[in-house]
Amino acid sequence: MKVGKQTIRLENTPKILDTCSIVGPKEFAGPLSSYFDLHVDDVFVGEKSFEKGESHMLNSCINHLLSKNGFSTQDIDYIFAGDLLNQCISSGYCIRDFNIPFFGLYGACSTFCESLTLASLLVDGGFAKKVVAATSSHFCSAERQFRMPLEHGNQMSPTGQCTVTASGCAVVVPGTVKGNSPKVTYVTPGKIVDMGIKDMTNMGGAMAPAAFDTILTHFKDTGRNPNYYDKIITGDLGLLGADILVDLFSKQGIDISSKHEDCGCIIYDNEAQDTHSGGSGCGCIASVFSGYFFEQLKTKKLNKVLLVATGALMSPVSSMQGESIPSIAHAVAIENEV
Amino acid sequence: MNENIAMNDEEYSDYVEQKAKKSPIAKNIFWAFLVGGLICMIGQLIADICMFFSISKEDSSTISTIILIFLGAFLTAINVYSRLGKVAGAGSTVPITGFSNSIVAPAIEFKMEGYILGLGSNMFKVAGPVLVYGITSSVIIGFIYWLIKLFM
Amino acid sequence: MDIFLEYLKVFITGGLICTVGQILIDKTKLTPARILVLFVTLGAIFTAIGIYEPLVQFGNAGAKVPISGFGYSLAKGVMKEVDEIGFIGIFTGGVKATSAGIAAAVVFGYLASLFAKPTIK
Repeated sequence: MKVGKQTIRLENTPKILDTCSIVGPKEFAGPLSSYFDLHVDDVFVGEKSFEKGESHMLNSCINHLLSKNGFSTQDIDYIFAGDLLNQCISSGYCIRDFNIPFFGLYGACSTFCESLTLASLLVDGGFAKKVVAATSSHFCSAERQFRMPLEHGNQMSPTGQCTVTASGCAVVVPGTVKGNSPKVTYVTPGKIVDMGIKDMTNMGGAMAPAAFDTILTHFKDTGRNPNYYDKIITGDLGLLGADILVDLFSKQGIDISSKHEDCGCIIYDNEAQDTHSGGSGCGCIASVFSGYFFEQLKTKKLNKVLLVATGALMSPVSSMQGESIPSIAHAVAIENEV
Repeated sequence: MNENIAMNDEEYSDYVEQKAKKSPIAKNIFWAFLVGGLICMIGQLIADICMFFSISKEDSSTISTIILIFLGAFLTAINVYSRLGKVAGAGSTVPITGFSNSIVAPAIEFKMEGYILGLGSNMFKVAGPVLVYGITSSVIIGFIYWLIKLFM
Repeated sequence: MDIFLEYLKVFITGGLICTVGQILIDKTKLTPARILVLFVTLGAIFTAIGIYEPLVQFGNAGAKVPISGFGYSLAKGVMKEVDEIGFIGIFTGGVKATSAGIAAAVVFGYLASLFAKPTIK
């Protein structure tokens, strides 16, 4: 049921039964390495190209999610997936092998919450029993699409972020299924916010207002405030974007600094791994949520989280044509029954 | 624009600018100067060695250019130049070795899409504009020079 | 001592040209590709109006190795060719003077890419 301006309350509170994450070598060398289910040592993942490698990685991730829960591909009703590449080829070619009805999504780095939102809505409406939400990103395939060739010797701007090589996926089931998995209670799909930032090496600055708008709208619509949540998790704002988000809230007299955590800031050791402002990409929040935060929800270390994935919806073409960066953020409230 | 944020686009842009971490410009300049200077010295050394073997000054300069281009390509192929570029910035981009790097880098990457339409057509993805504007300016300069000579 | 001074001049000239590039990258948000285009064009124009030649006399390889030196060769080549063969020289001069560099870049670039595999930095 729609509440307020943008938020939907999920009356039947579908559950996130389980998640799975897979990361690349650089992410595995980072501080969260012990939380991820799987990792790959080679950026090619044994394939001939980065794009095929990314597809392979997503495939392994979904396969592992199914096998560890004893599901076969026939058990899954629908799959929502997306990635950063043109025409979402990583997802498309990955799901080609599964024989599961598929919705391809593009929300840039916000895709994980977009797929999780739609999967939850489908289950909540009673249209499906098991729906998978998945996303992936790959440093090398994203770099060649959005920036310069890998071997080109150039310096990254201090506000630049490093695309995470990772995939994450979750399976959503109806609230009536037994077990104490966390539930999706509210979703707040975001609207596009564009504050005129044109610098493609400053995505955090471009996306922070979108995150701010969606989170604030979520609070207004649900009547909640930051104290309600144990954690407010944003996707890939990076150090600069996270700083701006907290500052924008403090300008409204709301303090979220003790609750806020950004996946882009914690996936790497920014100093040692030279990742400048942090991680980015759809795989960032997907892997960190699926690996790190979901574990804490399962063990009840966290009981109420607001998951907010942020995305920058530009392309190299729009950027060269002088357009600014339109940004979006989707929020999903995930809570344990207490 | 956003109704929840009490800033217009320009104010927000300034606000982000002021929050953003600045490039470590002193450090960058130091490395750019050092690496750029050293690459030029290597070029001079190669030319001097050629001249020592009594090759003409002009040919020595050409040989030096060819060898530097080779070195740039070689260091790119063994994944060293991109690391150098991270530290040296313009110090490794501006010399002719950087021109070579900007040709090899896309060539390596687009090899995955085949040798003709991948490697062949993307080789000059980054360096192409240098040739376009360089050669165009030379033709314009030549034309003006020819005109001046005609009337003088 | 003479040779030391010569190399110092090369080092300083080359270093300073790269420093200008670095300042442009850090201060103006110009991308490296734009900086290269700017340098090659300015190199050609400065040669045409006679500013670049003294720099080459002073710094030698320090002024020739940076990409502005490519512009220098283009402009110098085209003017020489116009002197020698007239109108056709407008089209042949620049590329003729830099043909070795362009051919080397294409061939070495092609060969290098055949053996290389991209990796993450």
